[in-house]
Amino acid sequence: MFNAKKAGSAKRARRTQRRRAPFATAALLGAGLILTGGAYTAIDQGTRASAATESQSAETVARGEALFQSNCATCHGMNAVGTANGPSLIGVGAAAVDFQVGTGRMPMQANGAQAPVKPVQFTAEDTNALAQYVATLAPGPGIPEKEYLQADGDAARGAELFRINCAMCHNVAAAGGALTEGKFAPNLQQVTPAHLYEAMATGPQNMPVFNDANLTPEDKRDIITAIRWQTDVTGNIGGYNLGSLGPVSEGLFIWVFGIGSVIAMTVWLATRPN
Amino acid sequence: MAEDEHGGELRTAHSSDRPTNVGTAILPHDGFEDPGVEPHRHRITDAQPERAKATERVLIILFFVSIAASIFAIVAYFAWPIDRNDITSVRANNLWLGLGIALAMLSIGIGVASWTKYLMADHHVIEARHTTRGKPATRARAVEIFATANEESGFGRRTLLRNSAIAALVALPLPGIVTLRDLYNGNNPDPVSELSHTMWAAGTRLVRDPSGTPVKASDVTIGSVFHIVPEGLLELEHGMLEAKAKAVVLLMRLPQEQLKELPERKSWSYDGIVAYSKVCTHVGCPVALYEQQTHHLLCPCHQSQFDVTEHCKVIFGPAARPLPQLPIAVDKDGYLIAQGDFSEPVGPSFWERRNDYNA
Repeated sequence: MFNAKKAGSAKRARRTQRRRAPFATAALLGAGLILTGGAYTAIDQGTRASAATESQSAETVARGEALFQSNCATCHGMNAVGTANGPSLIGVGAAAVDFQVGTGRMPMQANGAQAPVKPVQFTAEDTNALAQYVATLAPGPGIPEKEYLQADGDAARGAELFRINCAMCHNVAAAGGALTEGKFAPNLQQVTPAHLYEAMATGPQNMPVFNDANLTPEDKRDIITAIRWQTDVTGNIGGYNLGSLGPVSEGLFIWVFGIGSVIAMTVWLATRPN
Repeated sequence: MAEDEHGGELRTAHSSDRPTNVGTAILPHDGFEDPGVEPHRHRITDAQPERAKATERVLIILFFVSIAASIFAIVAYFAWPIDRNDITSVRANNLWLGLGIALAMLSIGIGVASWTKYLMADHHVIEARHTTRGKPATRARAVEIFATANEESGFGRRTLLRNSAIAALVALPLPGIVTLRDLYNGNNPDPVSELSHTMWAAGTRLVRDPSGTPVKASDVTIGSVFHIVPEGLLELEHGMLEAKAKAVVLLMRLPQEQLKELPERKSWSYDGIVAYSKVCTHVGCPVALYEQQTHHLLCPCHQSQFDVTEHCKVIFGPAARPLPQLPIAVDKDGYLIAQGDFSEPVGPSFWERRNDYNA
């Protein structure tokens, strides 16, 4: 659908090129692109919203099962019971599938310490079908309600919860950090609220689970609010933040550029003028 | 032989006309030779007066730049004020005020350094050394002054007077030394017992940090991690942080069959739920980086790793002891409680710590 729209706007742009000045063409092209992008975003959000509320129709589940058998069963086993190469998915819930597949972590590119983020392999519809299928196997965390994903909670409370529960691995500025043997806690600054929520609820890979008894949906909403606030509003409060990595990047910077300029000044002061 | 302005003898390191008695020392024949002072080169600003004039103009501009930057810094202070209700206003304030002051100082610094380098008189001056030994007359006069002072003060004659004055001076700092005793913490609780005990007691509920709500065993699903403090700690009015620094606990649930528990500690866990001190036994950082699949705990400060399945024994890094385990149980309402305090002091070693806790 988007392709058709894009092609339409391109055609329109070509038509106008013959009639009007090049400047008007550029302006029209820009307006067309903005419109297309806006429509894309609106439709994208629309699918997500409807996906969350869609009833588990037997058709979708059957489609999800077929997708699962052909794409996931090699490691997770037929009927998702798990094999030596992959864990059982019974009871992980729709949230786990939406997170793992929706961020491109699954299908995993290679067996390793950690599944990295990569381009998403399935469409939103297929991801939803897979999630619905896995959700039928056993009860588990579902796709989060939209009301918790608006980043409109209490940022101060969320930041306190973040410091206690998350910051030790993900860094106080949510910039991520190293774990053991090649594993790492990823940067959270640009992760979508839905994926943040799902990660907390399901505990992907080596991340612990923060179920609703530990962090209530309101707690999770506040944490999401705090991450968005920190990143969007106060992210560069002290100027360029050097990746928010703390003493590593800041120390490197001051050793190279700070001490380097002191040495350069000293050399200049001590050289004899000619 | 030349003399300097103090009447001392001018010598160089290798005066060949001076007899030297080397004694038994072995002198190398190819010893270090004084390269002397390199020949003086004239600066371009000395040779060409118009270049000196141009340099002077550049320096004047530099100083005016500094004045302008100082004024700019004052303007910036008012133009980009810090708004108490908008934390992001700090950024522009710091940036422009800082740039103004930095440019003002840098221009003065470069200007003054350049002035001395390029414009001030450029000629070599050699300050010769002179011997430290004074002339015989000076030395005799100094001895005479001391002798007179001794005679007139009676310092050598009135020995009792002198000695009592010395004794008074010795006694004077004694009160200061005695008051150092205050550094010994005699009136406060014994630090060893402070380090050895925490707020945990039999029946204390495990509550979440920071909400202070109790935790049901059923809340702790497999793979969960809870950050726990003892009930009542968050309400403490005095010493809350000190108590928290010792009592913080990490609560985790593992599949029962993965726990390799010692027989005597079997009763310390509940249905796969285990609680361990969050204070690293190395230097006391909070160990809270829990990997739920490997069941390893990582300390972010020095990368000590603890294996939760084997009573948090150290599997990597500088920590010397496992994390102390908090024995837990469930009360009649289903909430998790402590069976008692830790069986050993939490956190890093200290001088008086016994080493037989785990023997």
